[in-house]
Amino acid sequence: MFKSVLKKAAGAVAVAAGLAAMSAQAADVKVGFVYIGPPGDHGWTYQHDQGRLAVEKELGVETTFVENVPEGPDAERVINQLAATGHNLIFTTSFGYMNPTLKAAKRHKNVKFEHATGYKQAANVATYSGRFYEGRYVVGHIAGKMTKSNVLGYIASFPIPEVIRGINATIRGARAVNPDATIKVVWVSSWFDPGKESDAAKTLIDQGADVILQHTDSPAPVQVAEERGVWAVGQASDMHKFGEKAHLTAIIDDWAPYYIERTKAVMDGTWTGGGDTWGGFKTGMVVMADYNKAIPADVVELAESIRKGIIDGSVHPFAGPVVKQDGTVAVPAGETPDDGFLAGMNFYVEGVDGEMPQ
Amino acid sequence: MDLFVAIMVNVAAASTPLVFAAMGELVVEKSGVLNLGVEGMMLMGAIAGFAAGYASGSMLIGIIVAGIAGGLLALLFGFLTQHLLANQVATGLALTIFGIGISAMVGHSFVGISLDPIAKGIPFLEDIPVIGKLFFGHDILVYASFVMTALVFYFLYKTRAGLILRAVGTNHDAAHSIGYSVIKIRYMAIVFGGAMAGIGGAYLSMAVNPMWVEEMTAGRGWIALALVVFATWRPGRVLVGAYLFGGISILQLNLQAMGVTIAPQLLAMLPYLVTIAVLVIISRDSGLMKKHAPACLGKIFHASS
Amino acid sequence: MFLKLESRGEANRNMVYLTPVLAVILTLITGFFLFLAMGHDPFEALYTFFIYPISNSYGISELLVKATPIILCAIGLSMGFRANVWNIGAEGQLTLGAIFGGTVALMFYEQEGWYIIPLMMVAGVVGGALWAAIPAFLKTRFNANEILVSLMLTYVAFQLLSYLVHGPLRDPDGYNFPESRLFSDSAIVPILWEGTRFHVGGLFALLAVVAGWLMISRHLIGFQIRVIGMAPMAASYAGFSEKKLIWFTLLLSGGLAGLAGMFEVSGPVGQLVPSISPGYGFTAIIVAFLGRLHPVGIMMAGLLVALTYLGGESGQITLGLPEAVTGVFQGMLLFYLLASDVLIKYRVVPNFGTAKS
Repeated sequence: MFKSVLKKAAGAVAVAAGLAAMSAQAADVKVGFVYIGPPGDHGWTYQHDQGRLAVEKELGVETTFVENVPEGPDAERVINQLAATGHNLIFTTSFGYMNPTLKAAKRHKNVKFEHATGYKQAANVATYSGRFYEGRYVVGHIAGKMTKSNVLGYIASFPIPEVIRGINATIRGARAVNPDATIKVVWVSSWFDPGKESDAAKTLIDQGADVILQHTDSPAPVQVAEERGVWAVGQASDMHKFGEKAHLTAIIDDWAPYYIERTKAVMDGTWTGGGDTWGGFKTGMVVMADYNKAIPADVVELAESIRKGIIDGSVHPFAGPVVKQDGTVAVPAGETPDDGFLAGMNFYVEGVDGEMPQ
Repeated sequence: MDLFVAIMVNVAAASTPLVFAAMGELVVEKSGVLNLGVEGMMLMGAIAGFAAGYASGSMLIGIIVAGIAGGLLALLFGFLTQHLLANQVATGLALTIFGIGISAMVGHSFVGISLDPIAKGIPFLEDIPVIGKLFFGHDILVYASFVMTALVFYFLYKTRAGLILRAVGTNHDAAHSIGYSVIKIRYMAIVFGGAMAGIGGAYLSMAVNPMWVEEMTAGRGWIALALVVFATWRPGRVLVGAYLFGGISILQLNLQAMGVTIAPQLLAMLPYLVTIAVLVIISRDSGLMKKHAPACLGKIFHASS
Repeated sequence: MFLKLESRGEANRNMVYLTPVLAVILTLITGFFLFLAMGHDPFEALYTFFIYPISNSYGISELLVKATPIILCAIGLSMGFRANVWNIGAEGQLTLGAIFGGTVALMFYEQEGWYIIPLMMVAGVVGGALWAAIPAFLKTRFNANEILVSLMLTYVAFQLLSYLVHGPLRDPDGYNFPESRLFSDSAIVPILWEGTRFHVGGLFALLAVVAGWLMISRHLIGFQIRVIGMAPMAASYAGFSEKKLIWFTLLLSGGLAGLAGMFEVSGPVGQLVPSISPGYGFTAIIVAFLGRLHPVGIMMAGLLVALTYLGGESGQITLGLPEAVTGVFQGMLLFYLLASDVLIKYRVVPNFGTAKS
């Protein structure tokens, strides 16, 4: 709350300070966005679009988006087209755009590119992603406290490190407050299929889960949880409208601060490529939605203390000991793993029910 | 036992949209018309049903409007294929493209709204031990889909109108020469098919996930089409096929939750592979296939009188 | 109804060429009012859709890149459709071609050799043909409907590709992200037009058009067959038995789709990724019919449909038109094209008859 007030104040100062100068710059900058889904998915793409709208509102620059761009041969053309039509900053918001973005960047040296969730950079390509596992660790604490059956249900898309990390962070959070907690995982082989996601949610509930978490993009599981009277945690965006009673909180991807910062940098001429930004609670890229009123005050307090601890560095979701499912130690006690370890995570930790596919 | 019942309730929810859409397409194909636009019509029904249900607060109105919307889109198909004699395969595919686009356009202002799902369970009866939930724990549309199956069966095989419809599908020239209006009968079948697809779509947006998101049918229209062939154009088998497909989809999720470790992509192949396997088994009797397949399927009719 | 259709007896040759023009004009008129109703400048919108995407050489090259796989698939499919063999699983066969071709590319990772690309092409054709051989076998041996089998196998192919790029074929240095390595230069098809993405696959598409044309003109003489709705009798097919015909058309269409898939991964994409085709195999079905199952018609239809995709993208970029409008507009164009075909074989005459029977 405080942060957004501050942001507004800063905006007001900027406007007062140099309206004329800024609008002149704003006219020169055009920002393009490439989306994997429709802004109406109410998940991943929706949040990127919220970020885009914030850029328009905050800085008064013109923005353009292209939706439903498949991660195949079409992506490179769309990115090139954006670059050729006067967009000097282009955000490509899905992992599969990584190589198309780099190819387009080679062709358009004067245009600046920002690719979400990738790992390849160039002089005019920067990458960015969120430390969503931080949010999942907080959520894990809440889920561990709220569950009665000690079974958490997790709807997962594909077994990639990003998703595995989320599952591990959740169960580590839960076990920190409830050593009996386990987590059941169902893979739906899709990022977005409301029907299948709700089938998975029902399945998990039938098999005893009473908190439903998801790493897929539609609000369908929250709705199912509401109907079945169990808890749920929203993904990517605040999904409380889809289940007022069930929605414990949500891990929000808030791209707005980053998008505004980077657009400003282009306007000021201070933008540099080649780097990676992995933002978390600290930078405001990961935000918790309002906590459900039904969560006891001490649990909210606990969750907040974890969140603040992550911000000040006293808490790390994967601080050792990290014990793999088979009992071997991945990170010894007293050590904290580096980002490379987190980026390539491909094992389950203790407490996950069933083996990892493959 | 509880788990079994719970799974069956989920299977019913996963299968019902397929039953509606496939049952509609069955009647269309029995009249000799192949409409590949089921996915587009389902999406049209999904958004129309959701919007009407949201605006009116009445689920019944939502379902009716969904049927009308699906039927209207089908009418467009009917006009193109019956009056303008356009190729049915291509027109059906174009209808899907059109339906995806127009549903997304209409649905733009309904994103992010949630409805209460259609209520489940029949009062009192669902409290009967053991069988209560299994037989009476579903929403009204699940029962309606069974009734619809029976009605379609009755209509096709026990009524004169059904006999005429099948005759039109088997030999439209002969049916025309003894005085039946082939085009009129096919129009009615096409519109019925569209309405059923629309209701199937609305089941997704009103009962399974009471919300609207673009392309929320996620390929179920194509499955419905496949089921008609799979069922060798017989209503009872459409129902069985839909539940088989829905059942395997739900079962593989349950296996995962129980800790069975197979790559999820391989599990996701299962419903399709099983469908092929069963089709192969039932297709071996070619005489049986010929008996039930509408001979004029997809062929253009023009009375040259 | 005050109008009725009267058979022309024989197809009208002028109409063969006139009706597509008529359909485009009708689309332009309807589009004009559609965009007007949506509050856009209709002239600007139509320009953005149809002219702007090909107003520069890069745009033209992209049009060719986009049309290449569609035409390759559609040529193969049209042969089957002529013989009433309904392969609607070209999308899956394309995916298998990509998997096979891509696997060869990865086997020869960081190796040189002129033979790598030819080998990939063979593998692509084999992959697509193998996938199409399944419905062919099940159809000829067990009488299983090829529509259902080929469609179901498309979904299986998607999952197979997903499995492979998440597992066995994943880039070992790619942080477990679902992509293969980027192919070595020796496994990337040559670019025909410097500075663009237009690759050698375009030549093969053209070759397929010519070969297809030769094939139908040599076997089935007469202009009727260029007209939709005249399914050639299987028996008249140069001494082919029905079973052989099923095998032939499915293997041909599968092989061509597989080749198209191989060209996509070896050309514009340059690696194996979880989704290779944005529905080319399905689009090709429409294109086959829009082209009235004739190779030259298919080539034109392929280019036109590719243009509408490009137009949709530029509509989003320059006018902020939602993607949904593209779908509606595309659907409309297809409806007009399909509907206007009626004028080839029928003429519209006033209906003075009284009551309808």
